[in-house]
Amino acid sequence: MNRLLQIEFIKLWNNRASKILILSYFILLTSIALVAAIKFDIGPIKFHLAEQGIFNFPYIWHFNTFVTALFKLFLAIVIVSMMSNEYSNKTIKQNLIDGLSKKEFILSKFLTVVVFALVSTIFVFVVSLILGLFYSDYNELSIIFSDLEFLVAFFVKLVGFFSFCLFLGILVKRSAFALGFLVLWMIFEQMLFGLLGWKFVSWETAQNIKGFLPMEAMSNLINEPFSRLKAVQSVAAQMGESFALNYAVHWYEILIVLLWSALFIYLSYAILRKRDF
Amino acid sequence: MKTILSVHSLTKKFGHLTAVNNLSFTIEKGNVYGILGPNGSGKSTTLGIVLNVVNKTSGEFKWFDGSKSTHQALKKVGAIIERPNFYPYMSAVQNLRLVCKIKGVSEGKIEEKLQVVGLIERKHSKFRTYSLGMKQRLAIASALLNDPEILILDEPTNGLDPQGIHQIREIIKKIAADGTTILLASHLLDEVEKVCSHVVILRKGEKLYSGRVDGMLASHGFFELKSDDLSVLKSYLEKNASFGEVKIENGMLTAFLKEEMNALELNQTLFSQGIVLSHLVKRKESLEEQFLALTKNSQP
Repeated sequence: MNRLLQIEFIKLWNNRASKILILSYFILLTSIALVAAIKFDIGPIKFHLAEQGIFNFPYIWHFNTFVTALFKLFLAIVIVSMMSNEYSNKTIKQNLIDGLSKKEFILSKFLTVVVFALVSTIFVFVVSLILGLFYSDYNELSIIFSDLEFLVAFFVKLVGFFSFCLFLGILVKRSAFALGFLVLWMIFEQMLFGLLGWKFVSWETAQNIKGFLPMEAMSNLINEPFSRLKAVQSVAAQMGESFALNYAVHWYEILIVLLWSALFIYLSYAILRKRDF
Repeated sequence: MKTILSVHSLTKKFGHLTAVNNLSFTIEKGNVYGILGPNGSGKSTTLGIVLNVVNKTSGEFKWFDGSKSTHQALKKVGAIIERPNFYPYMSAVQNLRLVCKIKGVSEGKIEEKLQVVGLIERKHSKFRTYSLGMKQRLAIASALLNDPEILILDEPTNGLDPQGIHQIREIIKKIAADGTTILLASHLLDEVEKVCSHVVILRKGEKLYSGRVDGMLASHGFFELKSDDLSVLKSYLEKNASFGEVKIENGMLTAFLKEEMNALELNQTLFSQGIVLSHLVKRKESLEEQFLALTKNSQP
């Protein structure tokens, strides 16, 4: 396992474009701390975002995992191109000739993806913990370490998304087209949802079906955290609205994403095994 | 003799096209083999199958004694297929380090092998800055990293300039002299003739011949003769049972032997018949002539 990771590390780290993207991704993850600095001070209106309760434990776990998950697109580019470059440079053929089995090849990519997801999760955990300790109104240990399932959801979400990228890279063989395909797929899921709800089944059933599609399942893992904010809720209450969203992370949502990840990795392997080089 | 690779009725179909048809051959340790055939005869496909990058349709192949899986066996093989494939953004040393990791060998031999192929001065340059000849030499260095039991080369001089071709051939000869088994696929006959002791000849995916290079045709060679009166010479030779075809071209008579005969013997016989030669050479067909004869004879 160590050997497979080292192989992939040599390939990635010596590529300047990948290196820059990976570094920018982790810098961006850290930069969420800068949100704390957002402060408006215009005469009578005083607004300090950090004091609006977004860094309160345990809400911070929800908020930070949701926001930082948006940056995953950076790593998606790296992952898609680390797959498709093997085809355009024909190095995949040389790797196989040199004695890497097809299974090991896929495994080295998948392990790298898991490491990316794991490091991201640890990063978000540490940054959030530090931010929370600075700004949170509650500092009891039991509160700090509640709702940690958002971190699990974050990890699973990244693994699922990156596995999808890996699969597209193998399927399409060209990074630009693979990324285009990714966007196309997101649109397709929404269109399928619209079509089902409009013509075939009730909107509720359509929503349930959509929940089983990969991209939607990933985004269902962590719901948007904004309507949970006290400020937003009090404004909504004044306007006579109330949110009845279920923010929790559900086990079946995690299961769906894990199943998709397994399927993507298996399909990648199946494609590779069938192909002639 | 230790068997390195045995291939048994291997077949590969691409749709309706049969690229390799029921091919069998064995490779023994210590010999230099050539796989010879015109373009599209299935050489690269055959190598691709035994190297785990092309899926066979049917048949079998076995590396060494067959106790290890193909990818494990390939760690003891060095191979270059068609074009050198490396990571363009990495230097020679970085690329070779990666190969060491894949093969599971120590990185200690990198310098030594770069020395063998004469790339030591450029070892820190990125692969994409290399000329084709240098890329091909790096590929050879990479294939040698694990001190392989067999070195497989597919058209190693394809597309190189004369100097590059010469360099590559010198390297191959040096490696062969060290006792490494080599399998060389080529459509260049003189290349095979210069380095190989054994040859497998393919045409349209079928094996026409496999065995020693000099045993390729049951041929005893031919005489090139000149004399004052060629027609007398010709009619005499046509009556002689030792000779097959006799033909006159550009004032030179060529007579093909049906059985062994040396030049001294022929000269004596002819002189005793009152035929005086002004030119007498005994020759063997070149590999090229043998190859053409072989592929022509078996045309359906």
